[in-house]
Amino acid sequence: MTMMRKILGATAALAISATAVLAEPAIIFDLGGKFDKSFNEAAFSGAERWAEETGGSYKDVELQSDAQREAALRGFADRGYNPIVMAGFSFATALNTVAADYPDTKFVLIDMVVDQPNVKSVVFAEHEGSYLVGVLAAMASKSGTVSFIGGMDIPLISKFACGYAQGVKDTKGDATVIVNMTGTTPSAWNDPVKGGELTRAQMSQGSDVVFAAAGGTGLGVLQTAADQGILSIGVDSNQNYLQPGSVLTSMVKRVDNAVYEAFSAGENVMPGFSAMGLDNDGVGYTVDEFNKSLITDEMMAAVEDAKAKIISGEIMVHDYMSDESCPSF
Amino acid sequence: MELTHKSGRQETAAHDLPPAIELRGISKAFGPVQANKDINFSVAKGTIHGIIGENGAGKSTLMSILYGFYKADAGEVLINGQTTLIPDSQAAISAGIGMVFQHFKLVENFTVLENVILGAEDGAMLRPSLAKARKELTRLAKEYELNVNPDTLVEELSVGHKQRVEILKALYRHADILILDEPTGVLTPAEADHLFRIFDGLKKQGKTIILITHKLREIMDITDTVSVMRRGEMTATVKTSETSPEHLAELMVGRKVLLEVSKTPARPGASVLEVENLRVVDEDKVERLKGVSLQLRAGEILGIAGVAGNGQSELLEVLAGMQTATGSVRLNGQELDLTGAKSDARTRRKKGIAHVPEDRHDEGLILEFSAWENIAFGYEDDPAYNKGMLMDNAALRAETHAKMERFDVRPPHPRLEAKNFSGGNQQKIVLAREIERNPDLLLIGQPTRGVDIGAIEFIHQRIVELRDQGKAILLVSVELDEIMSLSDRIAVMFDGQIMGERRPEETDEKELGLLMAGINRKAN
Amino acid sequence: MQKMPKWADVALIPLINILIAFTLSGLIIWAIGGDPFRALKTMVTGSFGSTNGWGYTLYYTTNFIFTGLAVATAYQARLFNIGGEGQAMLGGLGVALVALSIDWPHWAIALPAAAIGGAAFGAFWAVIPAYLQAKRGSHIVITTIMFNFIASALVGYLLLNFLKVPGNMSTESAGFPAGTNLPTFSDMLAPFGITFAKNAPANISFLVALACAFGYWLLIWHTKLGYQIRAFGQSETGAIYAGINPVRIVVITMVISGALAGMMALNNVMGEAERLIDNAVEGAGFIGIAVALMGRNHPVGIVLAALLFGFLFQGGSELSLWEGIPRELVVVIQGLVILLTGALDNMVRGPVERLFLMLHKGEA
Repeated sequence: MTMMRKILGATAALAISATAVLAEPAIIFDLGGKFDKSFNEAAFSGAERWAEETGGSYKDVELQSDAQREAALRGFADRGYNPIVMAGFSFATALNTVAADYPDTKFVLIDMVVDQPNVKSVVFAEHEGSYLVGVLAAMASKSGTVSFIGGMDIPLISKFACGYAQGVKDTKGDATVIVNMTGTTPSAWNDPVKGGELTRAQMSQGSDVVFAAAGGTGLGVLQTAADQGILSIGVDSNQNYLQPGSVLTSMVKRVDNAVYEAFSAGENVMPGFSAMGLDNDGVGYTVDEFNKSLITDEMMAAVEDAKAKIISGEIMVHDYMSDESCPSF
Repeated sequence: MELTHKSGRQETAAHDLPPAIELRGISKAFGPVQANKDINFSVAKGTIHGIIGENGAGKSTLMSILYGFYKADAGEVLINGQTTLIPDSQAAISAGIGMVFQHFKLVENFTVLENVILGAEDGAMLRPSLAKARKELTRLAKEYELNVNPDTLVEELSVGHKQRVEILKALYRHADILILDEPTGVLTPAEADHLFRIFDGLKKQGKTIILITHKLREIMDITDTVSVMRRGEMTATVKTSETSPEHLAELMVGRKVLLEVSKTPARPGASVLEVENLRVVDEDKVERLKGVSLQLRAGEILGIAGVAGNGQSELLEVLAGMQTATGSVRLNGQELDLTGAKSDARTRRKKGIAHVPEDRHDEGLILEFSAWENIAFGYEDDPAYNKGMLMDNAALRAETHAKMERFDVRPPHPRLEAKNFSGGNQQKIVLAREIERNPDLLLIGQPTRGVDIGAIEFIHQRIVELRDQGKAILLVSVELDEIMSLSDRIAVMFDGQIMGERRPEETDEKELGLLMAGINRKAN
Repeated sequence: MQKMPKWADVALIPLINILIAFTLSGLIIWAIGGDPFRALKTMVTGSFGSTNGWGYTLYYTTNFIFTGLAVATAYQARLFNIGGEGQAMLGGLGVALVALSIDWPHWAIALPAAAIGGAAFGAFWAVIPAYLQAKRGSHIVITTIMFNFIASALVGYLLLNFLKVPGNMSTESAGFPAGTNLPTFSDMLAPFGITFAKNAPANISFLVALACAFGYWLLIWHTKLGYQIRAFGQSETGAIYAGINPVRIVVITMVISGALAGMMALNNVMGEAERLIDNAVEGAGFIGIAVALMGRNHPVGIVLAALLFGFLFQGGSELSLWEGIPRELVVVIQGLVILLTGALDNMVRGPVERLFLMLHKGEA
């Protein structure tokens, strides 16, 4: 049966001009490409996991230019792929115009909200996850100064920074949080050298725990932190293994789960709004064999307590994107 | 290896030597233009062989074939009696041919020594090559009177010395046959004499020299044999001792030429140009003009004689608006702006100054432009060439064709690019543009440099005609003959100053030569 | 001196170059296990097989015509404008500011205004390197390259801090008012009874690009200014002899060049995205160099070369979308075409010239 499906899938893929008989899912990666060691790659691993577990096949594509967004969306919809998952907020505008033309196709947009009857929007509560790693950072810091390195200066990254800062301040009221962005262009996502420089600069200001939410740039941050003997915090995927004993924890954002769920639901994806937060393990912090020596029982208790309080609503973590400001800075 | 083999053979066959170079049936065409047509020609070993001919006669093409720049369409080349293929200059060098071009091919910011070994280094490390070259240079210098300090930068050398470096380069590469293209064009009389002494020394050592020139006197003075080229063909080869300049000139152009310019005495009118205390300091803070004053009247030709590089070029450039200066220049009594916004060439043209520059390749013409575009050069804003916002290219082409006919530019094709005309015809295009503007003052630099005899005569006549129409003409030339025969007055420049002024009928080449060397025997 | 007929120079040699590039690309596709002929078929049908394909191909073509003309204009004065990318980015900013400034009643009014805005901003971005070159001798290649980075940072900063809609995640400006939306080919062709793919991005700025190509031809070969630009490009000393002011020519040439690059924003910002996106130029400024080179700086050549690159972009995108050929390989194919038509031009030229000489001799 599985064999049969694979053969059928292959034939469908070959006869590209003909409409696909089977409603396969499809995913479109953003300009960064599916091997960006970060967001897109997380989405890719979710799709791969689904394919492995179900034996199904899916179609994927990496964009080269902005003008292709609409073309790729229409192309997939015309060929009958369903659902179509988009990794990245940049698809919002294109999706808004395309979705209405294909009422029978389900679209899943990650990291952004598009209000259409056949679109499921998946957003993550990055500020909540960042709050938790902020708690850990404050407790692990000996100097009382911690820092944050963002990639490109966009609201989403400020959302990370703001939650992190609040977590730090709530834990240690007199702590200092240094915030730096790598740049204002997309190249800021992939500049490990500059990431390392920023890390050194922050160290000279006293920081001994640095949280990098900067894609490929973060790899330079983690490396430098390990070289200089301070702690770092990874992002998106579990990056603890990258510098064992130096990465305090990672603020994971389960993009892979979002993709996996969308693929699993198939054509029956429920349109609407889906928030991935602490309650449904959409975001979180990681503890594994690479970092468990860094996290004391006291820290563990404090962070679990914070997590419970956020879920229960006792602690309100400020979402930077709700008003583009951050009280904790 | 090959060289030693050759010299060995040379000694054994001492009596009936094969010619150093023999060309058999060489032909070369560029599109429809037959540059060389079935050329047969041989040069005896150990002689100085002159080649003369009008520009565009095919001399340079022939030598380029010999040096491997062009491939002949037909025919063969024999070196020392052996058929030799010369696909590139490297092959020419290893066949023992050395070439000294009119425009030197030296690296200005290298020393003499570095230039000599350039391209002839042994191995990757420079030091052994340099040491070897230094020894060799000392030997060559002694042997041939080729004294140049090997450690001087080439850019600091005079033109004459640069030429010696070129000759040294060829000798260093074991050249037995030296080809020189217009070698005296840039030299002072003294430097030219020195060069001829070098030739004698080379000849005594058994080297063969091929000399390409326009100057009949040089041919008569130093060559053993002379070949004449006309329109791509070799029309005659004669022993120099058995011919005369008049005969050679006739062979070159196919008709009798008047070497003397026929002109009536000048009838100078009102003062057109008054220059006072003109000074120019160049980018390197060197003073190029050191207070030049002169006056020029309508209907006369003032010739500026001097060795190249003594300020004549700067004088022309200042007057033409290409260079700023201090001092005072009045045109028709009106003061000219020498430094400000109105000191540009266009303003000068509008005021009635036409300029035939010394360097027609870099200044007077845009070689990549067609003839008709060059006719508008500097005058492209003339209302006659424009129709509303656009240029009237058709009208311009028609006018160019008419001008080309009047100035006997061949071929008279306005659409042909300037680079495809011979030197003389290029100069005629520049003259056609500048003279027919009816200027009050014509600045003309080296009017016949690299121009064939037929065109020289034509150009000289035009200059005299313009004078007779009452125009003022400032002529700069390094050709003393030209200055003597054209000028009504001669001013000699040396080291940025005017050394003295003479009337042509009251002076001779000897006195002018002394003035050019900075020696004034007679107080002004 | 004619070594070979003109048609061989302008048509045959580029054709051979493209053929070699495609052969090599085919080999690469074959080597990674693809079917080169199917790939070619996908590319051709994807770019020319439907009005939708045409719409995308011509959209890219429009970008490349603008940037190609920009590079060519500067090259006439022997100035290497490597800054088309940055100038087009600034042009996008200019277009966006114009489009967002008032509620435009109709595109026919908004288009010329936006064209002026884009051209002015692009020209401004080119005139600074031009001035530095003319007055200070700073090499224009270096300064224009650096200005690309500055442009990218500047536009990013402005988008983030001033133009972005609060709450929007993407660094992009607000959508332009409906009155600025340019007619697409579908809108333009509908009155003639021709149906064109409704969603393809090609729009009226393609016609603006063609008009600019014609204007370039007029300017360079039929005006005093063009004459002076070309004369200056051929010989600077010659220009001084003729009384052409070098500073003026450098500055004016770069103004025109930058304006042409800036007007590209009519197509990608105003015509396609209908808002200003960060990094909207996407390398078109650099492709312009290849387009000008391949088009021999002649408007017809530039339009044809732009069409070729439009085809490569659209066909390449089809390849990566539907053939599973990685997008990196598509870039390799585009790079091969640039390499062969630009840098390795002489590799083909030499043998072809010799061939013609042989043929010529055979006739004679």
